[in-house]
Amino acid sequence: MVEIDAGGMYYRLLNEKIKALARSGCKEITVRNVCGQRYIGAGFDFKDLRINLYGTPGNDLGVFINGTEILVNGNVQDGTGNTMNSGRIVVYGDAGDITGHSMRGGEIFIKGNVGYRTGIHMKEYKDMRPVMVIGGTAGEFLGEYMAGGMIIILGLNGGNLIGNYAGTGMHGGTIYIRGKTPDVIFGKEIKIFDLEEKDYKTIMPYLERFANYFDCSLEKIYETKFRKIVPVTHRPYGKIYSY
Amino acid sequence: MAKSKNISDFVIERDQNRCIKCHACVRVCANDVHFKDDATSEVASDDSKCVGCHFCEDLCPTGALVIRKNPSETRENAHWKKEYIYRIVRQAETGGIVLTGMGCDRPYKNYFDHILLNAAQVTNPSIDPLREPMELKTFIGRKIDAVNLDDLNWKTTSIDEIMSGLLELEVPIMFSAMSFGSISLNACKAIAEAAKLCGTYWNTGEGGLHQSLYPYADRAIVQIASGRFGVSSEYLSRAAAVEIKIGQGAKPGIGGHLPGEKVSQEISLTRMIPQGSDAISPAPHHDIYSIEDLRQLIFAIKETVDYKKPVGVKIAAVHNVAPIASGIVRAGADFITIDGVRGGTGAAPVVIRDNVGIPIEIAIAVVDQRLRDEGIRNQISIVAAGGFRTSSDIIKAITLGADAVYIGTSALIALGCHVCQKCYTGKCNWGIATQDPYLTRRLNPEIGTKRLCNLLRAWSLEMKEMLGGMGINAIESLRGNREQLRGIDLSEIELKILGIKHAGESW
Ligand code: SF4
Ligand code: SF4
Repeated sequence: MVEIDAGGMYYRLLNEKIKALARSGCKEITVRNVCGQRYIGAGFDFKDLRINLYGTPGNDLGVFINGTEILVNGNVQDGTGNTMNSGRIVVYGDAGDITGHSMRGGEIFIKGNVGYRTGIHMKEYKDMRPVMVIGGTAGEFLGEYMAGGMIIILGLNGGNLIGNYAGTGMHGGTIYIRGKTPDVIFGKEIKIFDLEEKDYKTIMPYLERFANYFDCSLEKIYETKFRKIVPVTHRPYGKIYSY
Repeated sequence: MAKSKNISDFVIERDQNRCIKCHACVRVCANDVHFKDDATSEVASDDSKCVGCHFCEDLCPTGALVIRKNPSETRENAHWKKEYIYRIVRQAETGGIVLTGMGCDRPYKNYFDHILLNAAQVTNPSIDPLREPMELKTFIGRKIDAVNLDDLNWKTTSIDEIMSGLLELEVPIMFSAMSFGSISLNACKAIAEAAKLCGTYWNTGEGGLHQSLYPYADRAIVQIASGRFGVSSEYLSRAAAVEIKIGQGAKPGIGGHLPGEKVSQEISLTRMIPQGSDAISPAPHHDIYSIEDLRQLIFAIKETVDYKKPVGVKIAAVHNVAPIASGIVRAGADFITIDGVRGGTGAAPVVIRDNVGIPIEIAIAVVDQRLRDEGIRNQISIVAAGGFRTSSDIIKAITLGADAVYIGTSALIALGCHVCQKCYTGKCNWGIATQDPYLTRRLNPEIGTKRLCNLLRAWSLEMKEMLGGMGINAIESLRGNREQLRGIDLSEIELKILGIKHAGESW
C-alpha cells in the first residue's frame, strides 16, 4: 500500500500522482489530508484498484469512473460519481448535490445525507444497473429524469426522508424509501407502492453491503417497512407532438 | 370543420403517356404516396402524403413524374399565410407541438448576401492558385501564447509535443454534429470516411460512437450532451477532441427526445440505453448552471484524457453570445462552436427553429470582436456553423473571424438530401434521416464518401481562387481580416455590428 500526503497539493499534481501509481500496477493507494481537490479518479479504468481518501475531496469525485473502488473517510462535495460507468464509491459521511448524476453502472454508498438532484438521469443498460444507497436523507428533486437503476434511501438518522419533487420526469428505475410515504410533493410521473417479496430480494444484497461498510445492524434497517417509487410510464413525453 | 388531411403541399403530375407502369415509384416512396389503382391498373397518387423529397421524380425511368408546389392557395394574406392557417388546423386536431427538420426556412436577412469580397488590382498583385502554393491548413485548439526557444531542450521536446492537442485540418471545413440515430449508419460512415480521407474531422453528435465507426475515431470530435448518452471514459479516450454540447442553432435552450420507437438495437448499443426506451436529453446539463460549472466539466474531461485533446463547447448563437463566448474562453475551452439560427436539426419544434437565435454572420463578428477587445482571441479557436451554402459563405465567415466552419446540411445535400424538412418522421427516402433498412440501403457509403470528398475539393479550389484574387496566399492571413469585406444595402448599425465598411469606402 502506498501513501500520498495531499496537504496543500494542487489537484492536477495529486491526480497525476495517483494515476502514475495506478499505471505502475499499484492496487491500493491511500491519500491523506485531501482538501477540496477535484476530479480524483476521473475516468479511471483500473479494475482492481482501491483508493482510500482521508479528508474532503472536491467536486466530481470519480467522474466517468469505470471500475475502481474509492473509499472516503469524510464528506464529499458535488457531482460524486458523475457519469460513472462501473466501480464503487463509499462515503463515510455526507455527499453534496447531483451525486450519481447520469450514472450508468456501479455502486455508490453514502453513510449520511445527500443534497439536491441526487441520481438525476441515472440510467441502466444491458447488465449495467447503477445502485445508490443513502443512509440518511436526500434533498429535493431526487431521481429527476431517472431512466434506470435504483436508489435506496434509508433515513436511519431521522430528519425529512426526501425533499419535494422526487421523481420529476422519472421514466425508468426504482427509488426505494424506508418508512412512511413522506408528505412532500412528488413528480407527477410516479406512483408509490408497497414492496413485494421479490423487491426485498432485489435490495437485500445492497443493504447487506451497506450494513457491512458502515457497521450498522441489518435487523434495524428491516424493522421499518419500505415503499417504492416507480414511474407510471416509460414515455412521459410521448404525446406532446402533432403529426 | 377544416380537415388537415386535405392539406396537400405538393401535387404530383404523372404523364400517363410516358408512364410505363413499372411501379418503381409505388415501391420506393416511404410515404406511400403512389399506388396501383386496381380498377384501372393505372398508377395513381395520394398527393396529400407527399413531402416533396423528389426521390420518385429522380428515379422514374421515363421522366413521367413532376412534383410541383400545390398551386391551391388560401386568399392571399401577408399575415395569415397558408402555413399558419394549416398549422393551427393540425394543432386544433392533435393538441401537440408541430415538429420540423433541417434549419430555419424563414426569409430573415441573409448577411452573406449583403457582404462582398475584395480583390487585388494594380497596387498589389493577385496570386494564381494554379501556380503558387495556397495554404488552407488550419489548426483548431488553444494556441500557446509563446514558446521560449532558449528554455526548450530540443533533444527532449519535439514540435509535435508543443503543438499536441491541436486538430490539424487540411481544409477549414469540418462535418458538424449529426448523431447515429438522427441519420443512418451509412450516412455516418460516408461522412467519417470522407473526413479521414480529406484530412478533416467529423462529429458524432450526442449519440455515442458506434463500433463500426471506431476506425474513424481518431478523426472524430465526440459530443457530451445533457443526456450523457454513450459517454464513457472509453468514448472520450478514443476521440480526437471532445465537444460539450450546450445548445444548437435549430433549438437553442431546449432539450431533445429520441422517441423509444426509434431506439433500435444498434442505436441502443451506441447510446448505451435499453432498446425501445425514450432517450431524453434535458434542456440544461444538470451539472452546469454557470461558467464555473462549465469549467468544472471541461477540466473533468481534460483530467480524463490527460490534457491531450482539445475540449470545445458548442452553443447556439443567441443575443448574449459575445459575453457567453468570453466566459467560455475563461472557463478553459480550447475551441468554441457557435451555431447560428439556420443550423439544421433532425427534429425541433417549428416555433423554436424559426424564432430563436441570431444569424451566424452576426454572431461570428461580435464574438471575434469581443474576444479581441478583451485580448483573449488568441486563446481559442472559433468554429462557426449554421447554413453554409457555398465556399463564399465560408470565406466570408472566416474573414469575419471564424477559424473554421462546420457543415451539416450541405454535406447531407451532397449525399442526396433535398431539404424536404421531414427528417423527424424517420422516413427519409434518400436513406439519410432514417433507420429503416429498406431506405438506408439506398445510401451507398463509398459513393457517399466520394461525393463528400468532391464537395470539399471543389470548395477548396474555389476558396483558393478567392484567396489568390485578394492577393493572399494563406487562409491564416484572411482570418478576421475584415478590411477585405464590404457591406451592401446595410444600415449603419448593421455595418457597425459586422465591423465592416460599406461598399465604396476605401481603406
Ligand atoms: S418519393 Fe418523395 S416526392 Fe415522390 S411521392 Fe414520395 S414523398 Fe413525394
Ligand atoms: S435528410 Fe432526408 S428527410 Fe431530412 S430533409 Fe433531407 S431528404 Fe428530407
